[in-house]
Amino acid sequence: MTDEEIKAEFPIFEKRSGKPFHYLDSAATSQRPADVIEAVSQFYYEKNANPHRGVYELAEQATESYENARQVIAQFINADPTQVIYTRNATEGLNLVAYSYGLTHIQKGDHIVISILEHHSNLIPWQRVARAKGAVLDYMYTENGSGKITDEEIEKRIVPGVKLVAITQVSNVLGIVTPYEKIIARAHEVGAVVVVDAAQSAPHLSIDVQTLGADFLAFSGHKLFSPLGIGILWGRKDLLEEMPPFLSGGDMIDSVSEQDAVWAPLPEKFEAGTQNAGGAVGLAAAIHWMNKIGMDTIEEREAAVYDYAWEKLHSLPHVTVYGTGEGKHVGAIAFNIDDAHPHDVASILDADGVCVRAGHHCAQPLMGHLGIHNCCRASISVYNTKEDIDALCDSILKVRKWLGYES
Amino acid sequence: MSLNQIYTQIITENSRSKEHKHDIDNPNIVHDGVNPSCGDEITLELRVKDGRIEDASFVGDGCAISQASASMMIDLIKGRSVEEARHLADIFIGMIKGTVTDPEQLDELEDSQAFENIRHMPARVKCAVLGWHTLDEALKEKEEQKKN
Repeated sequence: MTDEEIKAEFPIFEKRSGKPFHYLDSAATSQRPADVIEAVSQFYYEKNANPHRGVYELAEQATESYENARQVIAQFINADPTQVIYTRNATEGLNLVAYSYGLTHIQKGDHIVISILEHHSNLIPWQRVARAKGAVLDYMYTENGSGKITDEEIEKRIVPGVKLVAITQVSNVLGIVTPYEKIIARAHEVGAVVVVDAAQSAPHLSIDVQTLGADFLAFSGHKLFSPLGIGILWGRKDLLEEMPPFLSGGDMIDSVSEQDAVWAPLPEKFEAGTQNAGGAVGLAAAIHWMNKIGMDTIEEREAAVYDYAWEKLHSLPHVTVYGTGEGKHVGAIAFNIDDAHPHDVASILDADGVCVRAGHHCAQPLMGHLGIHNCCRASISVYNTKEDIDALCDSILKVRKWLGYES
Repeated sequence: MSLNQIYTQIITENSRSKEHKHDIDNPNIVHDGVNPSCGDEITLELRVKDGRIEDASFVGDGCAISQASASMMIDLIKGRSVEEARHLADIFIGMIKGTVTDPEQLDELEDSQAFENIRHMPARVKCAVLGWHTLDEALKEKEEQKKN
């Protein structure tokens, strides 16, 4: 597919075609293809009712749309649909595991291990579990702040006594793919349960929960071309079955008496209240869209632009790019410009239609580990082109002049 | 919103100025201000005697807008009474919110009027008001301590 053909799939590029528009913030949220927007519209136009409630035909259609979407999503990660739980986003999925599993299984003195690369959503829930239960939260650090977690580090931190390991597959700041396979294997060697944050990986890499071997995995739909407000938690069946519900209320019960309730089977046990059926339909449409384009094409296109951006940013004067170039990277590239605060950089780039994120990227402990307060982040998706990177770099070269520096 | 309405010479020069960016001797009010959207933090130091701000400074890191705004604020409040400083903070914050537009009132802000256009850049409003909010909170806290 040509660049134009891919861009044509996303109506926003046409809508904004009158002025420069270089969307390099897909690690925050992706754009949505027309297929997704239309599928969501069609659901609300034609099939809207509350799934799992009514017995009339329209309600059955809503239920069918919602459950068919679950099948599509299950297939996408090679899972049993009963283990595919709808959430709002990865954050909710990770919190569900922390509250439902963590608070009931982690005991005083146990160790929880996460990496310093984690987004706050796979960090703060574990801080809270550790604090509530008197457990210890340990970190796997990266070699000299390079973003690389070494084998030695994995073996040093994941030791007997560690009961839970939570790890991202891809850093939301550095774009580096973590050695999650080794981490999962090591965690299982010492008997720890593994929680995988796939928020940044699911849009870029194929996921097969059967071969991955993790115990829980969470991702957001909105980073994966879907509407906002829909996400997925997958979990090992035996663990999900014995965990208490996270939220309770409508539709998550088999029966309720005045003093007691019997939980519904999986996955409804974890889906209290009216669900985001439109979002579920949108996520399934996004997966159909990704299959239509092909995961291989997505990976190839993104890798070409990522490598180009990596090289070009390194060649610019006064620009520091963070992390090692070693190993596989997808999505994000983090950088700073000498003497320029990321917020100023982002405002100045915006004037050229270049959209990047600036700040701590919900990864403040990582900022500390890198020895910075904040940085800029450009992130790459399937619709980005080398022209977007050229526009980014041209704009970067103007920043210091705007801030009053001579060069 | 054009960049040359924001990154004016007066703002970029003040953003790089170290004139008020240091610790002062014997401050009796030290107050931290945080911009949660970027994690930037400044610490405002004031020495207030007999209701007058004898000396003031700030330390910390931040963007050009927050640094210039804090530095120009110190220019303005040093030597003034606490009441005058709070009055200026009200005008500045009102200017950014768009609720204070009277040119005579705005003139009281002197060079700090340069931030008026920030209100057209909502994402950067917090940067411009960081110093002034911190001042406002610091003086309020001091007042409450007195009452107790």
